[in-house]
This record gives sequence, C-alpha cells and structure tokens, in this order.
Amino acid sequence: MNGQEFFFTVDGRQVRAEPGQTIIAACDAAGIYIPRLCHHPDLKPAGHCKLCSCYIDGRRASACTMPAAPGMVVISDNEELNNDRRVVLNMLFVEGNHICATCEKSGDCELQALAYRLDIPSPSLPYQWQRYEIDASHPDVFIDRNTCVLCSRCIRASRDLDGKSVFGFAGRGLGMRLNIDAKAELDETTFSAIDKAAKICPVGCIVIKRTGYRTPVGLRRFDVTPIGSDIENKSGAKPK
Amino acid sequence: MSEPSTVSRARKLEIDPVTRVEGHGKVTIRLDEAGKVQEARFHVVEFRGFERFIQGKLYWEVPVIVQRLCGICPVSHHLAAAKAMDAIAGVDAVTPTADKLRRLMHYGQLLQSNALHIFHLASPDLLFGFGAPAEKRNIVSVLETFPEIGKWAIFIRKYGQEVIKATGGKKIHPTSAVPGGVTQNLCVESRDALRRDIEQILSWCLLALDKLKQIVAEREAEHKDFAYFESNYLSLVGANGVMDLYDGTLRAIDSAGGVIFDGVEPCLYREQLIEEVRPWSFMKFPHIRSLGRDQGWYRVGPLAQLNCAASIDTPIAEAERRLFMNIGAGRPVHATLAYHYARLICLVHSAEKIQQLLFDDDLQGDDLILSGQRRGSGVSCIEAPRGTLIHHYEVDERDQVTRANLIVSTTSNNEALNRAVASVATTYLSGQEITEGLLNHIEVAIRAYDPCLSCATHALGQMPLIVTLEDAAGEVVDRKVKQ
Repeated sequence: MNGQEFFFTVDGRQVRAEPGQTIIAACDAAGIYIPRLCHHPDLKPAGHCKLCSCYIDGRRASACTMPAAPGMVVISDNEELNNDRRVVLNMLFVEGNHICATCEKSGDCELQALAYRLDIPSPSLPYQWQRYEIDASHPDVFIDRNTCVLCSRCIRASRDLDGKSVFGFAGRGLGMRLNIDAKAELDETTFSAIDKAAKICPVGCIVIKRTGYRTPVGLRRFDVTPIGSDIENKSGAKPK
Repeated sequence: MSEPSTVSRARKLEIDPVTRVEGHGKVTIRLDEAGKVQEARFHVVEFRGFERFIQGKLYWEVPVIVQRLCGICPVSHHLAAAKAMDAIAGVDAVTPTADKLRRLMHYGQLLQSNALHIFHLASPDLLFGFGAPAEKRNIVSVLETFPEIGKWAIFIRKYGQEVIKATGGKKIHPTSAVPGGVTQNLCVESRDALRRDIEQILSWCLLALDKLKQIVAEREAEHKDFAYFESNYLSLVGANGVMDLYDGTLRAIDSAGGVIFDGVEPCLYREQLIEEVRPWSFMKFPHIRSLGRDQGWYRVGPLAQLNCAASIDTPIAEAERRLFMNIGAGRPVHATLAYHYARLICLVHSAEKIQQLLFDDDLQGDDLILSGQRRGSGVSCIEAPRGTLIHHYEVDERDQVTRANLIVSTTSNNEALNRAVASVATTYLSGQEITEGLLNHIEVAIRAYDPCLSCATHALGQMPLIVTLEDAAGEVVDRKVKQ
C-alpha cells in the first residue's frame, strides 16, 4: 500500500484497495474469492467469461475489469449471481465437448472445479455436439478445441508475456474458435512448450504432450481443496 | 423375460433381454412345425463403437478412454491399452515396480470380476437349480438363504476393488497405467491394510471352491453334459507354459489337447487369428486362420486358461488344477459348466498372486516410467476375467490414433455362445411345453461364458443391420437392410 489506500465493501466486508486496483485483485488480496475463468493475475484483464460479474453500486459489471473505488458497495456472493454463474458454466459445458471422465486435465481443470464449487453435478442444458478440430501437429503441445472456453488467456499470454501473438479468435457467436496466427497449424508457428501460453489454459485445450495423467488421482490441484480456497485461506476464512 | 409365442406351425421364441450378464443381448430360437429346434442364435443388440471414436485421440489418452467400455472389468482394458502404448512409446519392458504394480492391479481386477460373476450372476442358478422360480434366482435370495456365501460375495469383490484403488487411485476406472509405466507406487499404509485381510480372502475363496466342487459332485451328470461340446482353446501362457494371466505368448490347443500354435508373440496375432463379420450380430466371429471358419473357432476364458496352461505357479491353485484336469482324463475339459469350476480356481490363483505381490518390496520402488524411441504401432494381450483380450493400435507421427482393433474375450467366445444356445435349446426345448424355467436353461449356458456384451460390440465395420418381419406362419413378409 502506498498511503493512498481506501476501503470499499464486498458482501458486507470492508476491503482495502489502492488506486487503479481492480475489484477482483483487491478481493484476492483480502481473501475473498470471486469466481472467474478468464482472469489470471499475470495477465491484463479481459472481461470475457462474465463469471466474476457482481452488483457494483447496484449495477452489474465484471469485477476483473472494474477498478475499485472508495465507498463502493459490491455484492458477489448471493443466490441470484451464483445462479447466473451456473447458467454461464452450463453454457460453456454444452457449447464444448467436455468429457471430464477421460480428460487428462480432470482434477486440474478450472471449469470442472468451478462446476463442483457451484454445485453443478452435470450440465442441465442439452449438448450442442459441435465439431471441433484437434491440432496435434506440434511435437510438444496439442490443441483440443473441444474443451476451449474462449477465455483468451492463451491469446493474452502469447501476445503480452511471450511476445509472439500465436493465437487469436476467428468467427463469432457459436462459430467462434481459437485460431492460429496466419492460418497455420501449430507446428508452423514459433510456439514452444516453454511459452507461458502453453501452461496458462484453465481447461484441457492447450496441453503439453505426453504428460497426461502423470499426477495420480487424489493429488491433482482440485482433488484436495476446492478452487478459490487458496485465496480464501489468506484471510483464514473457511473455504466453501 | 418375454412370453413365448403361441402361433401355430413355425414358432419363434425370444429371450429378450438375457439377464444377469454384462450388457444387453437376446436369443432367438426358431422351432419347426414339429416343435423341433430349427435354429438358435445369440444376438448382441447394443453397440459401442470404441474402435472408431478413439481415432484421432492422442495415444496416451487411450488407456483411460477405452476402459470406459466397461464398468466391471475396466482394469483389463486399461492395462491392455497401456501395454500396447508401451510399445508405441518405445518401451519393451517397464520397470519391475511398474510391472508388479500393474500385475497387482490386474489380479485385483480378476478377483473382483470373477467374484462378481460367480456369486452375483451365476450362484443363484448353481445354488437353487436351473428351474428355480424367477423370483428366487437373484443375489438377494442367495443372501437370505446362504448368508455365508453372500458374505463371500460382498467381501471378496470389495477386497479386489480395494486392490485396484490402492494401485490405481480409484476402484473403478483407474488412471495410473500410462505409456511406459505407472504414475504411482503402492504406499506402505495401503500395502499393510491389504496384507491384513488377504489370508481371510484366500480362505473364503477356497471355501467357495469347495462349495462349488460339492455342487458338481451332487449334480455330476448335469455339470458334465449340460451344453457339452468340444472345441479349440486359446490363452496366454508364460514361460514353460505356466499360467500367466498378465503377460506371455499365445497358445492354442485343439479338442484333444494337441498344440495348434504356441509361443506366438501378441504382436503377431494376425498371422494366427482372423475375424469374420456376420450380418445378424454386432459381434465379430474370430477363428484360427490355419483351420478356417468352420473348424477354427475357439473358446477363451477360465476354462481355456486351465486347459492351455501346463501348470500354475501358486501352490493351492496348482493342486486344484491337477484335480480339475482329471475330469478330462488326459484331454482338455470341455463341459460348459466347467467354466464355473475353472473360474473359481482362477479366483484362488488371483488371491494367491495378490498375497505374493503384497510381500514384494519392489512395489514401493520409485522407478516408475521409462521412455524410448517412438513407434507407429503397438499390440498387447492380457488374460481378462472373461479370457484373452487383444488390443492393437496404430498411431501417426502426430501422436494421434489412426486405427484400433480390439478382440475382446466375449467376441472370441461368440461361436461357442451360439453353439451353447443351440445345444441347450435342442436338448431342453424341442417338443416340450415352454416354461420360464426351461428358458432359463438357455441363460444358464450363456452365463457360464460370463459374456461382456458391451465390451464385445465395438466395431460396426461394413455390417448391415437386418430387420426381418415374419407372419404367423413364419413367412417373411418384409425385410429391411440398414447399411
């Protein structure tokens, strides 16, 4: 803190922030978890997934992009907002082809972990069963678009952290796809398994080859503690 | 079970679905005007398609995907696929720790699946008789009437699943076998917990075997003659023909016990076996290439495992094997109901192998995964609870599966299942009043093979689905072929 800190309220709790800090960043520091998929602390906010939508002074906005302000009143954890988050998650599940039972990211997948946290045992909407491509051309990394949730983490990481701009989006709506720069397959780009973009995917879309299932069941990231508990543990609050 | 048809002249009977087997199948029996069995077929009416839809998947995903063929013996498919993927990953021999952990998991699978079959599916027939009322023929009645046997059923199966969980992380659909090895060793706590109970489990397996032998002795003629026919047999065997249910080479014997082929590496299975598709079933009909379609069909499973093996490397099972083989008086044992007897000997053998492995310190080793020079194809073979299981994959330079061929145990037993149905139908149905008890005899013959119908229907190929409509006189009035 630089001495200009101020306070705002989240679900009735006083949260300290400093100028320019987003609501989600201030909440993370204060031990309050707001669900998110596209947000990553190493990346610039994008506001893509809308899971972090909160009531901010009575109006809906994304907590990942909205700067905190003195006296602001934020509501994040109520039934209405959580129901809307469930709808968003449901749509993400059925617009992709998420076969958690055999996915190598199972237990380490943020989408799956959020579904468990928000009590979604299985999608309640009909699956769209769209056809997606697998790009296995790269010797060390593969892209399985069946699980892509269009969070843009890989796009931002490649552009802002790796300085490569390997990825982009193509199409709109249900036809929107993760695309490779210059219409190439992944092996024709400068992409590398050591790039930040190769390790930042929240689901099983961009995965390092030949490492699947190496972590035993029970030892995967969300096997032991639910998603968000790392943040909530900072405040000593009991994770959900 | 559906009511038998009462139309005059030619009649068609259906048992749909066949109960207390894994999956969905049906039997159709056609009787002629004199009431004699004209034709009997065992149809598998469900379709899985795994061979097709794993095309394009990455090869290390396959051991986890293909085990979803089945919830009863997923470990067999998991390990068979992992062994095939060892070859793809360029690993000819995994580390001793990985090998023994996989074996332990496999024997846990054999224990739980064979226990499931013998107690939950078959025991109502064996204990109450084939003609017992339908309401009696279930595991609940077994628990009520024979609580001690019900206890064996529950705890032997549970123990097998605990072995799978300790080695694979989950009781059903484990994920620990990966190309080149395993991802976890056996922790000391799990090992000690399993050690505490294995003596008890082994003793219950032996009591179950004694009970079965008692039933066989009391109903000797039935167990000798019911659905009896002779056949060839196929099984994996280890060095010197010792029974090895996890690894080894293929051996086939004829009905007299003569060797048809021996020492065949699994990767060469296509030189010896060929698969045939017939239009009326989703299951293929494999047979031994050199003998042809009519003479080359064979049986797999516990009966084949005992008939093909020269010995067993665990003492109690070996002693029981010798007693069992006396039934054949120097020739293979052919009786269909001998499958149950053989299955119990394999159950005892599995318990003994688990006991041996639990005292092997290699299980706590840390050398778990090897890697090598990538190859384009991999074949593996394992003796699943229902018999010889073959997995064959081809993988492109992008690591994606381009082709898969699975010959599962029930597929190999396809011809035998049809012959068993025909045999029982001819003996018990011709010229008699049709009762549910009599129809159950058909199911008893099918259950002896422990068919896993969902596993067995994974390839559509060019096989058309044919629907035939017949009038009351048995005349075909319409026929549709769906390609």
